[in-house]
Amino acid sequence: MYRAIQTFLVALCLLISCLATGLRAEENIRPLVDALGAPAFPQKIEAVKALAASGDPKVGDILKNLSDGKLYAPKTGGAVYLEGSADGTYLDVLTGAAVSDAPGNLAKIRLNNGLRGAIGTALSQLTLLSPDRSARLAASQNLLKDANPDNLALLNSALTEEKDAEIKSTMEAARAVILLKTEANAEAKKAAIGTIAARGNRDALTILTAAMANAPDDLKPVIQTHVNAIERSLAVWDIAQNVWYGLSLGSVLLLAAIGLAITFGVMGIINMAHGEMVMLGAYTTYVVQQTIAAVAPGMADFSLAFAVPAAFLFTGLVGVGIERSVIRWLYGRPLETLLATWGISLILQQAIRTIFGPTNRQVDNPSWMSGAFEIGGLAITYNRMWIIVFSLGVFVALLLLLKRSKFGLQMRAVTQNRRMASSMGIRTPWVDALTFGLGSGIAGMAGVALSQIDNVSPNLGQNYIIDSFMVVVFGGVGNLWGTLVGALTLGIANKFLEPYAGAVLGKILILIFIILFIQRRPRGLFALKGRAVEQ
Amino acid sequence: MITQMLFSRHEKKTVWAVCLILLAAILVPLANLLIPEGSVFHVPGYLVPLLGKYLCYALLALALDLVWGYCGILSLGHGAFFALGGYAMGMYLMRQIGDRGVYANPLLPDFMVFLNWSELPWYWHGFNHFAFAALMVLLVPGLLAFVFGWFAFRSRVTGVYLSIITQAMTYALLLAFFRNEMGFGGNNGLTDFKEILGFNVQAGGTRAALFAATAIALALALVLSSAIVRSKYGKVLVGVRDAESRTRFLGYRVENMKLFIFTVSAMMAGVAGALYVPQVGIINPGEFAPANSIEVVIWTAVGGRGTLIGPIIGAILVNFGKSIFTAAFPEFWLFALGALFVATTLFLPKGVVGTVQQFLSRRKEQKQADAAEKIYQDKAAARAESRLATLEPQAAE
Repeated sequence: MYRAIQTFLVALCLLISCLATGLRAEENIRPLVDALGAPAFPQKIEAVKALAASGDPKVGDILKNLSDGKLYAPKTGGAVYLEGSADGTYLDVLTGAAVSDAPGNLAKIRLNNGLRGAIGTALSQLTLLSPDRSARLAASQNLLKDANPDNLALLNSALTEEKDAEIKSTMEAARAVILLKTEANAEAKKAAIGTIAARGNRDALTILTAAMANAPDDLKPVIQTHVNAIERSLAVWDIAQNVWYGLSLGSVLLLAAIGLAITFGVMGIINMAHGEMVMLGAYTTYVVQQTIAAVAPGMADFSLAFAVPAAFLFTGLVGVGIERSVIRWLYGRPLETLLATWGISLILQQAIRTIFGPTNRQVDNPSWMSGAFEIGGLAITYNRMWIIVFSLGVFVALLLLLKRSKFGLQMRAVTQNRRMASSMGIRTPWVDALTFGLGSGIAGMAGVALSQIDNVSPNLGQNYIIDSFMVVVFGGVGNLWGTLVGALTLGIANKFLEPYAGAVLGKILILIFIILFIQRRPRGLFALKGRAVEQ
Repeated sequence: MITQMLFSRHEKKTVWAVCLILLAAILVPLANLLIPEGSVFHVPGYLVPLLGKYLCYALLALALDLVWGYCGILSLGHGAFFALGGYAMGMYLMRQIGDRGVYANPLLPDFMVFLNWSELPWYWHGFNHFAFAALMVLLVPGLLAFVFGWFAFRSRVTGVYLSIITQAMTYALLLAFFRNEMGFGGNNGLTDFKEILGFNVQAGGTRAALFAATAIALALALVLSSAIVRSKYGKVLVGVRDAESRTRFLGYRVENMKLFIFTVSAMMAGVAGALYVPQVGIINPGEFAPANSIEVVIWTAVGGRGTLIGPIIGAILVNFGKSIFTAAFPEFWLFALGALFVATTLFLPKGVVGTVQQFLSRRKEQKQADAAEKIYQDKAAARAESRLATLEPQAAE
């Protein structure tokens, strides 16, 4: 314990002094470095150990140079120098500055196996004892992967000093793996197996199955029960992971399809240009990000907060423009609308290709959306998580808009009975234009989300349009809940099929399933009932 | 009876169109093969397969017009039938390569050798016979259309829902044919053909013959389509298009009528695909792309749906425009195509042929009305005169 505190304090002092003035730190370890030039090997080994214990960040480099044979000292002992790039020139070991007054009797510091072993141990120890948490974690994980019995003593000493729970558990697992390889007694091995099994992940499974092969017979049933238990829990986690992936895909589908559901449900319009609205939203994100990077680089992390309303407004306006200029002449002719909107989608695609070029555009993730965390065996990336949150937010907001606002009331009235709504004084053309704008705007927001996980290219929308149609058709028209259930069901079903059938075949199976499903329920899962059905 | 149906009186314009197509079937190959290069009437060699391609597209558009123009089924998956016919022909052409492939395997096509397959998959057997392949060109698209239509029409999937699931169908096939495991050459499809019926595919004579065959097929299809739509069945079909429920209530089995026309149309599309492949020299999954199928719809719409001749004209016009545009301004072709979609639906809902027909029939009506008016006025004048004549003596009294 005393040693631990001592090491820690020394490291801390060194760290502080390093930060304060590099010079003082240099002077503190310079005698230790010069001790490396001692004539006898036991002295050199002592010096290496002392250096390692100093915890100075430069020690690693120095020891590496020593093992590479780049350090020089007088044969009788004295100051140590680093070899320069040209013959006969020398550098200061600590600062790397050229030294002009080096003595003439310098010779390469010689190594033997004992010294090499000491250097190797010291280097591992340095990282295992490093004050930097991530370095320690990486070192312990390395040890776990490459469990070498030589490191057992080192691990034991590091374990006594480690305070971080995660690193400690990794080290314990590494120690257990090493113990399994050595000639420890059965009890210790059993405990070691328990330690490994407690980790419960795929690595543990691999280690245990490997250990199974050359374990003594009395240990085999123990290992087997642990392996079975791990496999069971892994299967459960696999299901959870698939559900998570499915939710993530479903939320993307939901975002892409929900605007379509509105335009189709309320106006009976198949908007083939919907995918291009998504694409426009993604490009809006790109433009906003570029603008912010140019005007206020400090705000880069918040660019999405500007991109969402910008995309909503821009694509919404484009949508209103399309409705007023083309679609309103085609009401009551859904097949013609389909063709006209397809034409619009071609024009929009080519326009974007002409303006921004055919290649992918780089849209950066803000820092709070990159990275991942783990819950048990579940790896959750932040961007996927935020997209799920975002799509649910959009869904709830839309639901509130439809159920609680005046505009929503008018929209529902027009959906249910257009002529009656018109007779009651609702300006149905106005509601149509705004509805189409709303649907397009939501598609634009979907584009913002998709720009975070997909390539921003002119073809972005094409990849989602058929899937969105499937969601709308499957969920049923005119009901947002149908879209929600449809999107999540298709997303999860897709991800569950993938491991067995492969990504492409899974998608084909889903398409076939929907085609068959439509035969059974031509109006989708949540069909509108009553007169609105027969138009 | 069938002969009678086929040769019963057709509309005058159909007869003209058939004659014109047959004339092209004779003249283009002759102009290519016999007239020496440099002459004004010589058709250069590169143009023959290009024109043949246009005619294949025209046949495809005609097939779509049967279901869309006359039965109101907007199929966004006709490209799938086209491609399936093309694949059936492509499989025959692949088997004809024999051991002249890169890997010189007498039995397996190159891509199978490449994938380390040791034997021919069962569905490739028989395709070394032309007759079998030709049968499959009709049967495979026909069967798919029959099964698909059987389910769809029976459960009364109509309108945009039907359009969307036909699109989903071709999309599913697109994804499926991209997979190497399917055994259809995956991404690259089938290509590198050597000969058809023993003739070199690349040779000028073969190409001219293929063009003639395409033109004749188109003419036959036109006669057949015309016979169908002018029969009693065709009239009921239009009834289904305009008032499906009413036709059903009148006692017609709407789903069977739709199923028949859908299957016939799919077979026609298959033939178009089969003629397309040897002239273009490749078939790959790209032909299944939903965008292709929608493009067929616009050819039909531009020419005028429900006119039979319209789609043929539309397909040739649009593809000719595409050839010119993509060569001169590749950037703007999609703008032009998109604008064509919008403009046709907004300003030319009946298409070129439909609009001309409407104009002509209006003028005819106007003439008739004018004539009737004239007769009426003459009569009125005569009546007035006679009345005057009867009045005058009274006045005289």
